[in-house]
Amino acid sequence: MASEQRANLKPLSLHVPEPKFRPGDEVDFSDIEVPAADAAKRPDVGAHPDTFHELSYGLVRVLDENDRAVGQWNPRLDADVLRRMLRNMAMTRAFDERMFRAQRQGKTSFYMKSTGEEAVAVGAAMALASDDMCFPSYRQQGILITRNYPMIEMMNQIYSNKGDKLQGKQLPIMYSSKEDGFFSISGNLATQYPQAVGWAMASAAKGDTRIAATWCGEGSTAEGDFHSACTFASVYRAPVILNVVNNQWAISSFSGFAGAEATTFAARAIGYGIAGLRVDGNDALAVYAATLWAAERARTNQGPTLIEHFTYRAEGHSTSDDPTGYRSAQEYSNWPLGDPVTRLKNHLIALGEWDEERQEAMDKECADLVRKTQKDAEKNGILGHGLHQPLDTLFEGVYEEMPWHLREQQQQMMAEEEASGRPWARK
Amino acid sequence: MNDITTEEARIAPTPEREGDTARMNMIQAVNSAMDVMMARDDNVVVMGEDVGYFGGVFRATAGLQNKYGKQRVFDTPITECGIIGVAVGMGAYGLRPVPEIQFADYIYPALDQLVSEAARLRYRSAGEFTAPITVRSPFGGGIFGGQTHSQSPESIFAHVSGLKTVIPSTPYDAKGLLISAIEDNDPVLFFEPKRIYNGPFDGHWDGPSKNWSKHPGGEVPTGYYRIPLGKANTVREGQDVTILAYGTMVHVCQNVVKETGVDAEIVDLRSIVPVDIEAIEESVKKTGRCMIVHEATRTMGFGAELSALVQERCFYHLEAPVTRVTGFDTPYPHSLEWAYFPGPVRIGEALKNIMKDA
Repeated sequence: MASEQRANLKPLSLHVPEPKFRPGDEVDFSDIEVPAADAAKRPDVGAHPDTFHELSYGLVRVLDENDRAVGQWNPRLDADVLRRMLRNMAMTRAFDERMFRAQRQGKTSFYMKSTGEEAVAVGAAMALASDDMCFPSYRQQGILITRNYPMIEMMNQIYSNKGDKLQGKQLPIMYSSKEDGFFSISGNLATQYPQAVGWAMASAAKGDTRIAATWCGEGSTAEGDFHSACTFASVYRAPVILNVVNNQWAISSFSGFAGAEATTFAARAIGYGIAGLRVDGNDALAVYAATLWAAERARTNQGPTLIEHFTYRAEGHSTSDDPTGYRSAQEYSNWPLGDPVTRLKNHLIALGEWDEERQEAMDKECADLVRKTQKDAEKNGILGHGLHQPLDTLFEGVYEEMPWHLREQQQQMMAEEEASGRPWARK
Repeated sequence: MNDITTEEARIAPTPEREGDTARMNMIQAVNSAMDVMMARDDNVVVMGEDVGYFGGVFRATAGLQNKYGKQRVFDTPITECGIIGVAVGMGAYGLRPVPEIQFADYIYPALDQLVSEAARLRYRSAGEFTAPITVRSPFGGGIFGGQTHSQSPESIFAHVSGLKTVIPSTPYDAKGLLISAIEDNDPVLFFEPKRIYNGPFDGHWDGPSKNWSKHPGGEVPTGYYRIPLGKANTVREGQDVTILAYGTMVHVCQNVVKETGVDAEIVDLRSIVPVDIEAIEESVKKTGRCMIVHEATRTMGFGAELSALVQERCFYHLEAPVTRVTGFDTPYPHSLEWAYFPGPVRIGEALKNIMKDA
């Protein structure tokens, strides 16, 4: 195999990335650089992307070690808005807890929590206009909660029950709500990226004022779709915000397999000549401020922004994943940027606008509301218990009008079910 | 903000010259279809590599940018995945994009966006979002394009639920079918047989080339008209054998039938999904024989599906085994192109064979 011709040279060796910590390892994150919360400058919204490359390598932060909002990026939100932000995040967490448990109780096939990443979705959704179009990945349920999408609709979808607006056709958590500016989630990674750019291009071409935002994980930035989208966004200066949620893990593959050993994900922006920001994703105010800045940029025709949200996936990839098999449990507890809900809570307390009792009461209120809504949703059924959609709907929606071959297969299926006498056969 | 929800506001009046016809080749017919649709519907946009200022490497979009502006007709970066992904997003916004993939051989980087996104969007969102896009792409061989400019990948797309696949064989059909495809609210793959862009092809590559000026299919209405998707066209009536074909092969078969004197019925399928099963069944039950001709590779080519359909539905009417005449299961060769191409010799042999017990 190996060539014998160059005996004077050392043989080549292949670098295969390896995460720093594996199960059982002591975790020391001291090599993660956490700049001071007021360190990052905030460029003018119209600044040329080439003038702030350092923002692709640093970290936009607002909340400091003393739970105060500091620096140029401080969005100076009033206490009511901060409390709403905290509630949206707490509600997302309570929802995740309950739905994860529902999956474990066999009420549905699949669930994905966003624990530890609530600020990424909630902070962004609060900074966007309510009619801006989101092309999310599968861990931005916080957008729907922030936009007051009825929680029961989310649960109906998770249960694929008879109340499910998607008629049981889609995997749990792959929500879709056109009315709420929330594009149908795909299980295929990063496909939403060029779609968001296309939507934004259409908005610009039509002289609209709405912008688009999209999210993918750091692992998915390796997909061709990501790079196609960046190219299109750059070429046409599309009014779009490209969010990379760097939660360190893509199932069991650490961010090194997407290129994190070499550079940051925000730095991808530099090669495309688009604005890049690297943001503390566990700081809801930083996420909010960065999104607001990028949205203003987009809305004033100054093009796209790529935002890396530096965060940590606190739980498994999904209910089908067991992270204890590949990473150290200490990672989350030692994460240098803390927990997003705790940090915002502590900020409100430091402002004198909140206290532990109110937090406890709010958490309980969230849990109660989720539990009550779950009961209502379960009246519409749970997955695998009963037939929630009429059988023949299996063939609906493949095309606008059903072609002959689907009609024929539909008739065949109905006849077979009828003949079999199985419970499926009932109307 | 433009109001894109009011149907009346964005549909321009029908062009005056609707009743007129003109001689067109297939490129001009395709161009005319886009022109007519862009004039009628502000939401129709045309995009792709080299389609803007230059008007496309085959000139199919010539003049459109000049007429409709750069916001509606524009060049794109060289990323087929991006072109289709962007088109899907534009469709979600409410536009009706007509992306061009420069050669069908280049379509594979876009497969995920076509198969997992465009084709599945209506189903997975229960109709909330759709992908009303028409992907135009020159396909097929016979132009010494080698293996990267000659392929016929139609059966890959025919296999995918949620996509429609259309292949015209004349300028007249190309325009009417393309208008229907653009108006269709589902994603359509529109494969243009580039060997017959400039004229019908009788299969004799070393013979004189013909243009569309004398072919009835070269007479094309200048205005708006539709040919429904899923309706075949019987281009020759006959009693002894049914030939199912589409695109370039329709013309090759017509010529072979003329040369051999076999009384064949030639059914031009025009679209393979949906396929016109009634026309197929009716013809095969009448003739009792069925030969399928396509340029694409044989194994799992669309002929396999047609053969199964005919066998399932017409078995007791058949007097000979269903026969496939196709390209070989090899890459499309360059210098040996005409040995690969299912030309008059291969089709003639197959015809003789299927008729031998008659």
